Amino acid sequence: MLAQQLFNALVLGSVHALFALGFTLTFGVLRVINLLYGFYVAAGAFAALVAVQSLGLGLWAAGAFGVVVAGLVAVVCDFLVLTPLRRAKAPELSSLIVTLGGVLLMNSLMQIVFGAEVRRFPARLLGQDAVTIGPLVVAPIQLVIIATVFVLVALLFWFMERTRLGTAIRAVAERPDTAALMGVNVGLVVAGVSFLSAALSATAGILIGLNFNAVHPYMGEPMMLRGFAIIIIGGLGDIRGALVAGLALGFLEVMTAGYVSSNLKEAVAFTALILGLWLRPNGLFGRASGKRA
Amino acid sequence: MNRRTVLAAAAVFSATAALSGLAVAAEPVKVGAIECLTGPAAKYGTMIKAGFDLAAEEINAKGGILKGRTIELIYEDSAAQKEQAINAAKKLIGRDHVVALLGPTLSNEMFAAGPVANERGLPIIGTSNTAKGITDIGEFVFRTSLPESDVLPVTLKKAQAKFGIKKVALLYSNDDAFTKSGFDVFKETLEKLGIEIATIETFSVKDTDFSPQLTKIKSLNVDALVVSALAEAGGGLVLQARQLGIPKTVPIIGGNGFNSPKIAEIAGDSADGVIIGSPWFIAKEGAQNKNFVESFRKKYNMDPDQFAAQAYDTMYILAAAFDRAGEADSKKLRDALTKTDNNGLLGPFKFGADRSPATAEGVVVTTIKGGKFTLLQ
Repeated sequence: MLAQQLFNALVLGSVHALFALGFTLTFGVLRVINLLYGFYVAAGAFAALVAVQSLGLGLWAAGAFGVVVAGLVAVVCDFLVLTPLRRAKAPELSSLIVTLGGVLLMNSLMQIVFGAEVRRFPARLLGQDAVTIGPLVVAPIQLVIIATVFVLVALLFWFMERTRLGTAIRAVAERPDTAALMGVNVGLVVAGVSFLSAALSATAGILIGLNFNAVHPYMGEPMMLRGFAIIIIGGLGDIRGALVAGLALGFLEVMTAGYVSSNLKEAVAFTALILGLWLRPNGLFGRASGKRA
Repeated sequence: MNRRTVLAAAAVFSATAALSGLAVAAEPVKVGAIECLTGPAAKYGTMIKAGFDLAAEEINAKGGILKGRTIELIYEDSAAQKEQAINAAKKLIGRDHVVALLGPTLSNEMFAAGPVANERGLPIIGTSNTAKGITDIGEFVFRTSLPESDVLPVTLKKAQAKFGIKKVALLYSNDDAFTKSGFDVFKETLEKLGIEIATIETFSVKDTDFSPQLTKIKSLNVDALVVSALAEAGGGLVLQARQLGIPKTVPIIGGNGFNSPKIAEIAGDSADGVIIGSPWFIAKEGAQNKNFVESFRKKYNMDPDQFAAQAYDTMYILAAAFDRAGEADSKKLRDALTKTDNNGLLGPFKFGADRSPATAEGVVVTTIKGGKFTLLQ
């Protein structure tokens, strides 16, 4: 049972981390509290679902379609909703209020278009039959999730540290005005980060939809609360922190439900958040505020 | 961006997330119906309306009630809102001068609109309200729907007899009033039947991952899983239980929330063997039920559900009560209703002293086979 619970924890932790990656990127670089992020989860999952059901695409093509659609939606939303705020140099809290309105509006629109009911991807899209490996029961999708998280984290690191665009993103994160003076196209960087973070969010949505067979307009909502906890514990804009905090939270939740009481599962996440803030106020790998990503 | 702002964001986010008339002979007898025809509960309301309309049409075609008068149904949409249900009741009574009211769809709406009808001395019959205390509103409030507290014990007893269940794991969503009340009934009944509860596990209605709870349950080697959850979480839970290797020889017994095709839609083959009690199901035996299903399909081009069947039966109960009352008078109708003795789709039906169904005899225990509900033999 312990081995299975540890595996359950690894899967749940990976799901948390996957969701938090793009979330922490938006915070770290764009410096906005973008509640629309939760909507992109559902947007990506629904786009992929439509691609599978109506366009007859295979899993990978549908996944790529969902990711791109969510990314483009994010660029448009960002342009419409956040650019005017940026131009007006509005205080940080206004982005919270604006995107809160945005997410409520978009979720309602999704509900009108798709209905509130829970849907699932067709059963035979990906081998759903679990296989037994020693003491473990493992579903193929679970391995896909774990692999995706680690590959994405490695890719993100490489991208941020080694590519021109990555360097530009870090420059904008540090000092947007100075970066602009140095010839960095800030508008392009902002659009790029919006696309990237929504694409990550959509990836999470599609994989979670496949794993738990639950695609619905509000699927991002419960994940947002845990997402907040993870990026705060991990450090805002810290990719490595999001990975470690996500995995740790998954571990804590599963172990609490498995060995203590499932009643306390929810409480653990937020107790961890409070403890994290007390003990590591600047995040797990705490660097000074504002110098991340 | 600093952490304090983010915390404020988290706080704001969590706060919002939590976000009788005098009738001349041969004139139609007016009956009002308040149902959710739009809004989130519209799927129930439209099925109920379909059931009423079909039954009223049949009754009127066969010569109506009270020696040749027809039933005229006047609908008002409550849209799942208490305030709208109250206004609908006032409008139907005050302006349309109806003799009796049917509905509303939701228990919450009945708690709001029921007192309006009761104060004016007008019988109001809920056909879909399952909450506790509905008929405590007053002596003019009736219901034909079986409360969960009547259905669940029948399900458990039948499953115990068939599978020799001695030890179960009990699971429920602890953040929903409906699933919590289902859990209370399950727990009480299990204790009464002498079935050991090996563990009680909880989850949120929004949860999608049940693997820690199910892994724990798997290690306890129980004879059955008893689950009080809504269809969405329930479907995912059933699927994960089978994926994690809890064998199909361990049945999963669900509450009323499981009584939905959604379970099979989400869980696929894994839903086979799920056990659910219901006041009615489509393949119920008997010519009466076959006729009902056939006429319903012909008229609406879709399958009826439990709510349509309950509404259909209720219309016949009401029509018979009118004939017993002898005239379209609300007070006499109330007294006639208490003497109901109907044998309809839901089986033999009488009102108890509390104006709720007297027995749970009509409850059928079903199991999913190949994605469809079939009778548990």
